[in-house]
Amino acid sequence: MKKASKETIAGLAFASPWIIGFCVFLAYPLLQALYLSLTDYNTLNAPVWVGFDNYIDLFKDELFHKSLVNTFSFAAFSLPLSMIFGISLALLLNNQVKGLSLYRAIFYVPSLVPMISLAMLWLWLFNGDYGIINIALKGIGISNPPLWLSDANWSKPALVVMSLWGVGNAMVIYLAGLQNVPVSLYESAELDGAGPFRKIWLVTLPLLSPVIQFNLIMGIIGSLQVFALPYVMFPGGAPDRATYFFAMYLWDSAFVNQRMGYASAMGWVMFLMIFALTMVSIKLSDKGVHYS
Amino acid sequence: MNRITWAVAALLAVVFFLSIGHTEQVAKPEPAPEGRIRITYWEKWTNFEEQAMREVVNKFNESQDKYFVDMLSVSGITNKVLLSTSGGIPPDVAGLFGAQMAQYGALGLARPLDDLIERDGIRAEDYIPAYWEMGRYEDRHIAFPSTPATTALHYNAADWRAGGFDPDNPPKTLEEFDKIAFALNKKTADGKLQKAGFLPNEPGWWNFGFGALFGAKYWDGGDKLLLNSPEMIEAYEWVQKYHREIGPGAVSNFKGGLGTFDSPQNGFMSGTVSSVLQGVWMANFIQMHNPDLDWRAAPFPHPASKPEMEGFTFVDMDILIIPRGAKNVEGAWEFIKYVQSQEGMELLCTGQAKHTPLVKVSDEFWANHKNPQIKLFHAQAFNEAAFAPVKLSMWPEIQGEMNAVYEAISGPELVNVTERLNRAQERLQPLLEKELRIRRAREAMAKENGA
Repeated sequence: MKKASKETIAGLAFASPWIIGFCVFLAYPLLQALYLSLTDYNTLNAPVWVGFDNYIDLFKDELFHKSLVNTFSFAAFSLPLSMIFGISLALLLNNQVKGLSLYRAIFYVPSLVPMISLAMLWLWLFNGDYGIINIALKGIGISNPPLWLSDANWSKPALVVMSLWGVGNAMVIYLAGLQNVPVSLYESAELDGAGPFRKIWLVTLPLLSPVIQFNLIMGIIGSLQVFALPYVMFPGGAPDRATYFFAMYLWDSAFVNQRMGYASAMGWVMFLMIFALTMVSIKLSDKGVHYS
Repeated sequence: MNRITWAVAALLAVVFFLSIGHTEQVAKPEPAPEGRIRITYWEKWTNFEEQAMREVVNKFNESQDKYFVDMLSVSGITNKVLLSTSGGIPPDVAGLFGAQMAQYGALGLARPLDDLIERDGIRAEDYIPAYWEMGRYEDRHIAFPSTPATTALHYNAADWRAGGFDPDNPPKTLEEFDKIAFALNKKTADGKLQKAGFLPNEPGWWNFGFGALFGAKYWDGGDKLLLNSPEMIEAYEWVQKYHREIGPGAVSNFKGGLGTFDSPQNGFMSGTVSSVLQGVWMANFIQMHNPDLDWRAAPFPHPASKPEMEGFTFVDMDILIIPRGAKNVEGAWEFIKYVQSQEGMELLCTGQAKHTPLVKVSDEFWANHKNPQIKLFHAQAFNEAAFAPVKLSMWPEIQGEMNAVYEAISGPELVNVTERLNRAQERLQPLLEKELRIRRAREAMAKENGA
């Protein structure tokens, strides 16, 4: 056997655990879901072929539209805010001050709190009468603070605020990125007369751009799949489905309503949307991403 | 490798092998005694309810020497039973939720039991009709009750007395009851609700069902949903009246300050809500969390214009089924029959603090029951105004939509009831039509395959 083919076989053999895992746990379920999305299927009975009916029904389904609007409007606010807060915190915690490790830990620890405990905690914080948020708002002169949990206009903003709780995760990644920015570039900028904000704008952000791009893509995926917190805090997407997100509708379709074909169609629509958005964000941000 | 690496590797190896040993120990099923057939039984309950069923299982295992029931408490049971049945390895008996009966029926999850019922002479007349009927889907009998439930108005007698109302003479009509409920509301100077006379959405488990209290049907039995009928509109306007009276949004804030159901901070048990719609199980929880509470139960009041709704109650039950493809049908059936016997059923319902679904009740059951008003709940199940889950496999979707209707019409904007119900009808009617279309296609496929 030629050396090259021997090496190919050895390479494939070493990669085989991943290849097998990919085929069995990712490629096969994806293709199976694509087939099931063209059928009416309920786990126990053979699928009945319905062609593109599930997709057509999806686009006529008021609840599908509502869950999409809810999901995108949540992502539109949550994602930029998380990035701004994450980068700002990382920049602040990148300064050499006394007790730096402690501050870093303080901002990171909240992201370790289990989802369910977090949901219970925020239910109290957002309570209209007794919640600390509304007490604080009243304290600064807002006599009628929002009914965060019962007003359909305020429940999504409440979730956006809550999503910032986990910003510590992204902050750690930004911090790691900041460690790779060469000090010499800051020194050159200083020699050219740049102040702190110019240095951030012209040195830090361009060199942090690969990390920002990574967090942007992960953020798009994460915010479009938002599920656990609203599922626990707002059962059924209360009030009046204002917090009913795409992933919740998918779950209910599959495991409550036993409409696996419909849920598979939703899964594929979600997959295509995330794929398209990821590609667009890579294309758009490519020019602005600098690798050192 | 240095010494530290060796030490870490050795430690990891020990942990790995210990964990394997532990896993085997945990996963090992209870062995059936020599010569007996092991019947696997998955049940959803935990805590004292599981314990009550376990006592029944033990009694059954002691009562004969052919079968041995091995009970396992399983979380998320519906999906696990569905998946295991789909994979051809279901448990022999499964304890599921009765509210989803139609879904199980439509899916063909449960083995029809008619042949066994006929062979062993199980009689419909031994059961309260509502529970016998709930076990049927289309023309087949697929489930039997494990424990049943009915609801009633529970009220704080001390509160009622303090408000000038006679707790021994509860109101018969909603109009009379509304006056009591509104009079018992207490607000702070800045308009916060401090104490509620009654809230239709506390605990919120029947938000979907108030239409039934006004005699509304959800489905015509054919191809039409009836979610915006005049009765349904009337019902949710009654609900909205409570939220308008207390103040938009105020109920939600007030409820946010209450504890969970099974806790001393529960609205009714803590004395913060004077009257609630609750089930037969409530007495047991009151006993656990506030045994000194001076409470009563009575049939829920009905609209004065609808005397036929007198004694209205929600009936429901937990069910036992034999999943399709179960290996030990005879053993599973023996166990279900034991649970259905007066001895088995009374043991179970005493332990779970519920009434029995059987017509015949022993004096000991009445005497030993934890709920002093157990006879009321048993009698409620016979009532013709009783409302049972609709036998439509999309019933969970209807419930979800009606819950959303409730939230919309009770929220700060107090959305117009008729408009919101029209939207619910418009959304779900096409789903029903699709479901019927698919069902016909499946029937045609089954015919073609000669099933």
